[in-house]
Amino acid sequence: MSAAMERYEAVIGLEVHAQLLTDSKLFCGCSTRFGASPNTQVCPVCLGMPGVLPALNEKAVLYAIKMALSVDCTVNRKSVFARKNYFYPDLPKGYQISQYDEPLAKEGSLEIDAGEGKKRVGITRVHMEEDAGKLLHGEGPAEEGFSFVDLNRTGVALIEIVSEPDIRTPDEAVAYLKSLRDILVYLEICDGNMQEGSLRCDGNVSIRPFGEAKLGVKAELKNMNSFKFLKDALAYEINRQTELVIGGKRVIQETRLFDPATGATRPMRTKEAAHDYRYFPEPDLLPLVVTEEEVEDLRKTLPELPARKKERFEKEYSISPYDSGVLVSSKRLADFYEQTVKRFNEPKTVANWVMGDFLRLLNENSKDVSESPVTPGKLAKLLSMIKEGAISGKIAKEVFEEMFKTGKDADAIVKGGGLTQISDEGELAGIVEGVIGKNPSEVEKYRAGKTNLLGFFVGEVMKLTKGRANPQLVSELIKKRLG
Amino acid sequence: MKLTELTIHELSEKLKRRELSSRELTGAYLSLIDAVDKKIHAYLTVCGESALKEADAADKRLVSGADVTPLTGIPLAIKDIFCTKGIKTTCASRMLENFIPPYDATVVKKLKDAGAVILGKLNMDEFAMGSSTENSAFFKTLNPWDTTRVPGGSSGGSAAAVAAGECAASIGTDTGGSIRQPASCCGVVGLKPTYGRVSRYGMIAFASSLDQGGPITKDVRDSSVMLNAMAGHDPLDSTSIDAPAEDYTGGLKHGIRGLKIGIPKEYFIEGLDKDVERAIGSAIGVFKNEGCGIVDVSLPHTEYATGVYYLVATAEASSNLARYDGVKYGLRVSSEGLLDMYKLTRDRGFGGEVKRRIMLGTYSLSAGYYEAYYKKASQVRTIIKRDFEEAFKKCDIILTPTSPTPAFKIGEKIADPLTMYLSDIFTISCNLAGIPGISIPCGFTPDNLPVGLQLLGKPLGEATLLKAAYAYEQTTGWHKRRPQL
Repeated sequence: MSAAMERYEAVIGLEVHAQLLTDSKLFCGCSTRFGASPNTQVCPVCLGMPGVLPALNEKAVLYAIKMALSVDCTVNRKSVFARKNYFYPDLPKGYQISQYDEPLAKEGSLEIDAGEGKKRVGITRVHMEEDAGKLLHGEGPAEEGFSFVDLNRTGVALIEIVSEPDIRTPDEAVAYLKSLRDILVYLEICDGNMQEGSLRCDGNVSIRPFGEAKLGVKAELKNMNSFKFLKDALAYEINRQTELVIGGKRVIQETRLFDPATGATRPMRTKEAAHDYRYFPEPDLLPLVVTEEEVEDLRKTLPELPARKKERFEKEYSISPYDSGVLVSSKRLADFYEQTVKRFNEPKTVANWVMGDFLRLLNENSKDVSESPVTPGKLAKLLSMIKEGAISGKIAKEVFEEMFKTGKDADAIVKGGGLTQISDEGELAGIVEGVIGKNPSEVEKYRAGKTNLLGFFVGEVMKLTKGRANPQLVSELIKKRLG
Repeated sequence: MKLTELTIHELSEKLKRRELSSRELTGAYLSLIDAVDKKIHAYLTVCGESALKEADAADKRLVSGADVTPLTGIPLAIKDIFCTKGIKTTCASRMLENFIPPYDATVVKKLKDAGAVILGKLNMDEFAMGSSTENSAFFKTLNPWDTTRVPGGSSGGSAAAVAAGECAASIGTDTGGSIRQPASCCGVVGLKPTYGRVSRYGMIAFASSLDQGGPITKDVRDSSVMLNAMAGHDPLDSTSIDAPAEDYTGGLKHGIRGLKIGIPKEYFIEGLDKDVERAIGSAIGVFKNEGCGIVDVSLPHTEYATGVYYLVATAEASSNLARYDGVKYGLRVSSEGLLDMYKLTRDRGFGGEVKRRIMLGTYSLSAGYYEAYYKKASQVRTIIKRDFEEAFKKCDIILTPTSPTPAFKIGEKIADPLTMYLSDIFTISCNLAGIPGISIPCGFTPDNLPVGLQLLGKPLGEATLLKAAYAYEQTTGWHKRRPQL
């Protein structure tokens, strides 16, 4: 970065759309399942047929309020749905039902940490709206030049979370989006899947010289639908604007699309061509009224959010910030960890197992924590068996794999598979004797002072016992026998 | 007296006593439609076959005696703005010329569930925009009293069909007078209930905050019978009122002595037809004789009602009609590009009046104009509503003419939209305030054209309204006159 460029700072605000995990759409009873055949999850209401009317999904309202409270917003006692009017084939009614000048909630904030200490980003508003459908453009000789409309997604409940222009760097933007996603997932109101479009991000970017209070002319960026795209798009755009300004040119207000293939943003439409959405209050829906009591009742149901949980884990369990971060990355994983610690009170050991073999097996089998055949109780039992010396750490890993595969208790696997540790001195002494008898030259060398051959003898015993011999005991027996 | 001249309550007695089957009755209506409708053109679609099937089902119900309602076996007709499952629903527009809904409007479903027989779908002004039914994309409906005149609108087909005896009763919709004004023009009873009393689900939207469905009938008792079947909360319509439906028939004879009737001076204006004024004057006399108190009331912001209405209604319409874009259903005029398809489809699909209102509404919602037009209009609407609240502190019912003139000549006003808009000058405020209103016959001009009397009530005051209308009707008997066709 040149010295001239370092004189400028970026001002970034993000608009995040999150698809709510309600079973049915925002204004009708249609399913919201992802990936169904086109136009199979539709009804007259979401198809915008003549005469139909919207009926609000109460669950979506509860979800939206939970999110609003989790980013410290004030939930408005009364909010109003509004129509955003524009023509597009994926918008059957010719308008989107959204909220405009009276949103569900406003004036909140979110604490982020982009590696340079904590910082608060203001949240302007949280509002509810319905999703649009999808256009699929035909390929191949038969379909070329045609566009197809899939309205399965039309009417799915969204919340839009709008930040204040408090973000200054691409890293902060990523940290902000990650925090938002963590919260949404913790609340179990959005699956946070950016690839499937359950979580989408647009942003406004401008630059100004450091110390300047006035905002520069902004560009609106679309299609930053992964953490990497968000970072790349912002970095590109900040650079583009700064070079323009340094070169004595002006930034124009426009909407720009990020193209992941080129890593660049390109103009989509200018302000002059911008839509006039002709917002007005949706006459088919009554204003949404939420009582103080309803809000407070919902507040009580909020779970401990990731940032707070992470801090608590560090303190309560004396684990590292890194371990704590991994463990709270999902609410279910954090719960699994805590449930296990409750039954086997060695937090560090439990952390190692959960972050190590447990996560590895989940990943290898593409399973969620909730689908794990191993429960916290079962893991705790396994760890107790190691501690009591019933099995070795090495065997325990095999037992754990088996537990994961079959869902059986460690106990049963160990007994059934003859995996219990052999700690019987008499039994082991016989095996040791055999090993010594078969390896006279190694015995010679050991006795001549090459004591590091101890490992070789232990290894041979372990081989013969398929790892079941208590290694400490074996090592003592060998030392005694050859000493 | 011919079967087709009888009222619902008379027919229902005959059906219940099995003096008459619904099949015979339905057959009689279908024959009459066959003979008469070529003179007045009230029907867009006649569903003879399905009507006879429904009649047979109703007859079974009547024979078994189980689940019989006052509408079981009664042949009705539906304004073509209500979606009817499997039956073409056009809204009198080229845009929906071949649209067959896969669902029934809630009101239609309720009528069917009650055992009514659906004879067909009735003509109207395209998308309910008009006061004469001349804006139908298909043909004009003529007034049964004088076929050189309009039947009023937009529910012109619904009023004309009832007046001509082509159905026992019909349903219409009223956004600014579209039930009451044609009822007045055709000498029948038209009721616009309180906004939200009748579900709007499946009723093709013109102006969502003003639209309300209601019955058009031969007399007031029939109006109450129909309202009993139509009213009630509907979870599919968030704006429908969650109040228990009343028995509107039960209270008809409760008497009106002591009822206070308000006369708003703002409604007796220059340009009010002399015959209409005379008929209304006598009607006031009738109520006085029945022991009602007559009080002067004022609705000071009446002069702004038409302006407010044409801003609010057109704004909502511009948005409601955006869905007719050629993509999903209805007319599509194909073209190379998307924008051209939109333009051509909407140009060919909509008639002149619809386009005019879409443009007006789009304009008043546009950035830079919203505050001055739509928002200001919404504020004045609140003031108009308050006018009624004040007036109803002094009276139980407000009495006015329904329309400033009797039915006018075909073609007389169609070239001048502003003059046409003034036909609704007395009916519009009621929609803006969301209150109920009824039009009943109150006399005839020397040319034998019916004159309508409008009664306006408090929110959810349908029972009082019907009681007063019933008392008037019993005393005068104007409703018994039928046109000669």
